This record gives sequence, structure tokens and C-alpha cells, in this order.
Amino acid sequence: MAARRATKKPAVSADELKTYYRDMLLIRRFEEKAGQLYGMGLIGGFCHLYIGQEAVVVGLEAAAEEGDKRITSYRDHGHMLACGMDPNGVMAELTGRIGGYSKGKGGSMHMFSKEKDFYGGHGIVGAQVPLGAGLAFSDKYKGTDRVTFTYFGDGAANQGQVYETFNMAALWDLPVIFVIENNQYAMGTAQQRSTSTKDIYHRGEAFGIPGEMVDGMDVLAVRDAGQRAVAHCRKGKGPYILEVKTYRYRGHSMSDPAKYRTREEVQKVREEKDAIDHVRDLLIDGGHATEDDLKAIDKEIKQIVNASADFAKDSPEPPLDALWTDIYA
Amino acid sequence: MAIDILMPALSPTMEEGTLAKWLVKEGDSVRSGDILAEIETDKATMEFEAVDEGVIGKLLIAEGSEGVRVNTPIAILLEDGESADDIGTAPAPAPEATADAGKAAAPAGGSNAPATPIPAAPDPTPDWPEGTPMVQQTVREALRDAMAEEMAADDSVFIMGEEVGEYQGAYKVSQGLLDRFGSKRVIDTPITEHGFAGIATGAAFGGLRPIVEFMTFNFAMQAIDQIINSAAKTLYMSGGQMGAPMVFRGPNGAAARVAAQHSQDYAAWYMQIPGLKVAMPYCASDAKGLLKSAIRDPNPVIFLENEILYGRSFDVPQLDDYTVPFGKARIWREGSDVTIVSFGIGMQYALEAADRLAEDGISAEVIDLRTLRPMDTDTIIRSVMKTNRCVTVEEGWPQGSVGSYISSVIMRDAFDYLDAPVLTCTGKDVPMPYAANLERLALITTDEVIAAVKQVTYR
Repeated sequence: MAARRATKKPAVSADELKTYYRDMLLIRRFEEKAGQLYGMGLIGGFCHLYIGQEAVVVGLEAAAEEGDKRITSYRDHGHMLACGMDPNGVMAELTGRIGGYSKGKGGSMHMFSKEKDFYGGHGIVGAQVPLGAGLAFSDKYKGTDRVTFTYFGDGAANQGQVYETFNMAALWDLPVIFVIENNQYAMGTAQQRSTSTKDIYHRGEAFGIPGEMVDGMDVLAVRDAGQRAVAHCRKGKGPYILEVKTYRYRGHSMSDPAKYRTREEVQKVREEKDAIDHVRDLLIDGGHATEDDLKAIDKEIKQIVNASADFAKDSPEPPLDALWTDIYA
Repeated sequence: MAIDILMPALSPTMEEGTLAKWLVKEGDSVRSGDILAEIETDKATMEFEAVDEGVIGKLLIAEGSEGVRVNTPIAILLEDGESADDIGTAPAPAPEATADAGKAAAPAGGSNAPATPIPAAPDPTPDWPEGTPMVQQTVREALRDAMAEEMAADDSVFIMGEEVGEYQGAYKVSQGLLDRFGSKRVIDTPITEHGFAGIATGAAFGGLRPIVEFMTFNFAMQAIDQIINSAAKTLYMSGGQMGAPMVFRGPNGAAARVAAQHSQDYAAWYMQIPGLKVAMPYCASDAKGLLKSAIRDPNPVIFLENEILYGRSFDVPQLDDYTVPFGKARIWREGSDVTIVSFGIGMQYALEAADRLAEDGISAEVIDLRTLRPMDTDTIIRSVMKTNRCVTVEEGWPQGSVGSYISSVIMRDAFDYLDAPVLTCTGKDVPMPYAANLERLALITTDEVIAAVKQVTYR
């Protein structure tokens, strides 16, 4: 992707670049650690890692403001870290401990933070799409200009409720940004085997919803597209679609051997398009940071991630009476 | 310090696996993300990636080894400045302190529900003070008034559904609401139950109090994932942080001659779901009082109405703010020989049966549950302790019916008081037929309730 990097000097400050580098690295190292804890049996059940897709949430969070909302599927750890949730609380939820965001009762797929306007963490493919539009509905109803980032994948894009939601979101001018995180595989099914259209965002045209394709391995491109989408929604012009082309390096979940694609395909993306390497190059080549500066960031991230793992191991399991709480408000 | 690389668990059920192949050798430098080995799990062959950076100091398990237990050290990774010679002298890492973490602590006691002691005395408070003036109202009007009063009291309450606004409600329940509250709060939706149930649930997460009208509950089948997986479970899944204060309401059960897909009672379905509350009123005063309570409830409420009952008139107390609490059954008539328990339109058969049984000298106590979750089983048990017999009446199917649950509760809590088996009167175990004669046969009838009572009273 050298060609991509050479095309033009990006409009971004050194501090912003460093922040993006840091935030993306936090997600990657956190996810690697989660994978390790899963291997040790400390995390159970389903665990869907976000490695490879980091630029999507970090770029879009750079376009978000206080009070904007976000909601996503079960591949949600990256979204939580990007919106500022505490890595300790996220990791402790993964290990099913009382210190987790859902007191250990939600797990990897079901975490929430009212404080950070993060509305989950939903395990049924596509179900978060009408929920996200509903959050946007609540903002419009209350007369705020806040927007809701509603993330879903290329797999979810084939669920009927997505199009039911497109229709109502357009009909009612809901301030919702539909973010299609197209990592090109719906579990093991490649997009061309599951989806009649090449570019999924075009499906919005049938509902009068504008959209665009975004390079999801370029955090600056994602941020810029996010800003366009946010501006559109804040002005009351209704929904907007961003189809963000990205790639997941790991399997669909921990138990997926990913035999539906070649090792070379994965390796090629990692070597040529990696979003973190991209920002790293921008920082070094632009003279914004030295190798030592980045090493210091790496070290800080390693400490944060290790601390989260320690917290997640040390936090007690929920008390047994927690079985019976939080069923009714 | 050297790091032990452990045999990983690579699926939710893996306990051991085969180390099929090493892709690194001793002395190789590895970065995080590099593939170290191929491991065969109980499901597939997986690639195992490095997490930490370093140099492979020693491979502890030969490739091809089978039955390698999860968490067995399989290699040693050296960090900066270490050499393979250090391996022997490095202190062995302490065993994982949390090795037991995956084991759930033993549940306290063997019961899956809190123990039920002798039932509490029923709440003796009457539904309205003595001397309250009454007015005749249809169930339809009572429901409309309940919504109008709550919408007037709380700006965050709104109604959405098919034909609720300009059409004035497919069954005219929302009549007049659009004129009074405007299109911001009385929202006509497209025919898209799955979608608008989800949007309403999201709006509830966002702090509003939606009333979702399903034209009938048959169509809510399209939306049942949002009702159960999103609305009912989120409070629990979020550790109490956020839930869905909302009402899903509409006509439920058989109307008349609309055949199989439009004639179904969902009481037993929704009653099963922790996180939902379920109300199923019979008369107009309960329709009003329960719906007002439902709208104010901080939880998702399934509110099951009945098309045939919409047009029936009942006395409704003339009070400024009349509510009926959830979980409090109503004893419609007291009796000593048998307890008849019902709810919703089943009450019509229960009450008719009680009238006719009285002519035969059988005194039936008739209980209207009003809400199925929470269910006032205390009132049922106290009544059965008095009458020693019980018949349940509902329109739904027999297998997994509300009555079968009630029957199990009575067996558990009042077994020694029973003089006869509990009988459940239900709809027949068939899809609803269209033909008039067959439809009559499929539905529960007053005669069947009477026959059941005579059976348990040995008359």
C-alpha cells in the first residue's frame, strides 16, 4: 500500500496520529491477550476477536462527539475500548467476573456502558440494527442533535430486519449512521457467495439513503468519512451508510480454523494493508515520532493490557445470589 | 523471565488436543501474531499464534503428540537478553492461581427456584374504595383511556404500530389519540413488525417509554426475537445497567372464523420468559388499571387483549388515576367446592360455568389471575386449601399450557390438600379450523368446564 500512502499528505496532526496509533494498538494487544486467556481456559464460550479491523472503530470514534451513541454485534471488544470503556472491566467480563461491565453475566457478546453511551454487544446477527435506529429515534424524539453509530457486518447485511430498518430510518429521517463493517466473510461464507450485490452500501439507494465505500484499513479515510456521515445526520438529513471494507485476521470465533481462505490471503493483507503499520509509517516517515516514541507507547499499552488480564484473573466470580438479580428493574 | 507457552484451548469444549506440527524451531525469533504450531482440536486443525515477542528457547512437546492437556507447557519463549542456558535455572512459573476459575461454584441447594413457603395472605385491599362511582365502559374505551392518561402524564410515552394513527386503530383502540397527541407521539408504522419492535426497543434503551401495538399478536411472531432476546434479556445481560421500559400490546387468541394463522393464544409462550411481565385482562376496569401499570412499569410488559372482549361493557371506577397492581389475582366469586382459575377470555367460560354449577348446588370459587407473570399463585393455593379441587380454564393449547404450570404449583405446594387431580381445560390440540362447526369444537366451552368440575367433585 505504499502507493496509497504516497498520494497526498494527510490533514492530521502528530498528536492525532499518535492517538490513533495508541488506540488501535490497545485493541490489537487486548485482543491478542484475550485470545491467550481463552487458550488458558480463563475465557469460555464464544469469543470473536477484532484483530485487523481496528481502524474502523478508531476512525469513527474520532468523528464522534460527547453524547453520540454506538451499538454493535458480538464482535464488540474493539468498539468498547475505542469509546473509552475501561479495559479492566471489559477483560473481567470476558473472564466472567464481578468486576466486568455486566458483573460477569453478559460475557464477550453482551457488554454495555450507559456512561459511555455504548448500547451493546448483541448476539443475534442483525438485531442491533433496528435497536440502533431506535436509539436514534429517541434522540430525535427528545430534540437533540446526537447521532447513533450502528455497526453490523456484511453477514448481517442479508438479514431482513436491516432493510425494514433502512425503510423506517429514511421515512422518519432518523439520525443513524449504518456502519457496514465488511470484513468480507460472513463466518465462513465469502461475500460473493452470500450477497447479490458487490457493493452493499448501494442497497441504501433503494431507500434514498446516501452512502459511500470507505477503506477500512486507513484510519484517516474512515475518520473523514465518519465526519461526513455525522455532519449529514446532525443536520437532520436522516440516515447515512458507510460500507467500511476491512479484514479480520483471525477466525470468526476462537474455534474457527478459517479454512475458507488461504493463509497467503491473510498474510498479504497483514503485510500490505495493516492499519496499524500504516499509521506507524505515517508517524515515522512524517517525522512525527521516533522509534523510541513508539516503543514507549507499545510499552504503555502492554502494561495496560497486562493489568487488565491481572484484574480479570483476580476479580472474584459473581456471588451466587447474582443469579437472581437484574431480571426485573 | 522466560515465558511458558501453554497448550491452548481452541474451542468452547476442548480439553486436550494433538500438537500436529511445529512451524517454528528452537532459536527462531517470533513476533506476536506469528503462527507457532498447528493444533488439532476436537473440531478442526487450528493455527496457534504467538502472543508475546521473543526467541523460541525450547520445544517441550514433540510434534505428533496426542492427548496434550490444555494448559500443559509446550514450549519456552525467551525474552530479550535471555539464553536457552537459563531455562533450567529459571524458577518454574507458579501454577495458574485461577485454574479453578472455569468451574462454577456449586449452586446452593438443589432447587431451581426459591423455596415456596405457606402462601402469604392475599392482599385484602379492594381494587377501589367502597362508594366509588362507576361508569359503564367497553374494554376498548378503557384501554384507550389508559393510554391517553399515561401519555398526558408522561411525555416520554408514545405509541407506534400499524394503523394506530390516521386509521384510528385497526380495532379502534387508539381512537382519538392522534388528534390529541399528534403524529410525533402516535406513529403509524409500515407493515414491518420485526423492524418496529426493534426500533421501539432501542428507543426504550434510549430512555423513552414506547407502547407497541401489534395489530394482532399473531404478527408479533415476526418480532419475537426482539421481544425476547433484546427487550426481555438486556437488563440481565447488562448487569442491571439498562433495560426496556415498554409495552407490547394487541389482541391475542381466537377472534371468529379467521382460521389457523390468526387464531392463537400466546399466554403460555410469553409467560415462560424471565425479564418479561405478562398481563391478560378480562374486564374493562382491569384492562384500564393494568395497562396504566404496564406503561409505568420499568420492564417490558406483554399485554394480551382479546378482540371479542373489546366490545364488552363493564363497570369501571371513576377515579382520576386508577391502576391495578401486577401479581394480584381477583376473586370474582367466592365458593367452597372447587376453585376455577382463569384469565382473559377464559373468564367468560369460568364465570358462566360457575353460574350454572350453582344451580346444581356446586359452589365454585372463580379466580382471575389478571397477570401471568408475576402470577399470584398464593391466591390459588389458599383457595385450593379451602376447596381441595381445582380446574383451570384457558383458550391456548394443552401441552405446556398455563394450566399445566398451575397444576404443577398446586402439586408442589398443596398436594396434601387435593381431593382430586387438577384438570386443565384448554383449547383442542389442533390448528384452528375455519369451518364454523369445527371452530366451535376446537375452542374451550362452558360445557367442558362444567364437565371438568363435575369430574373433580365426583358428581
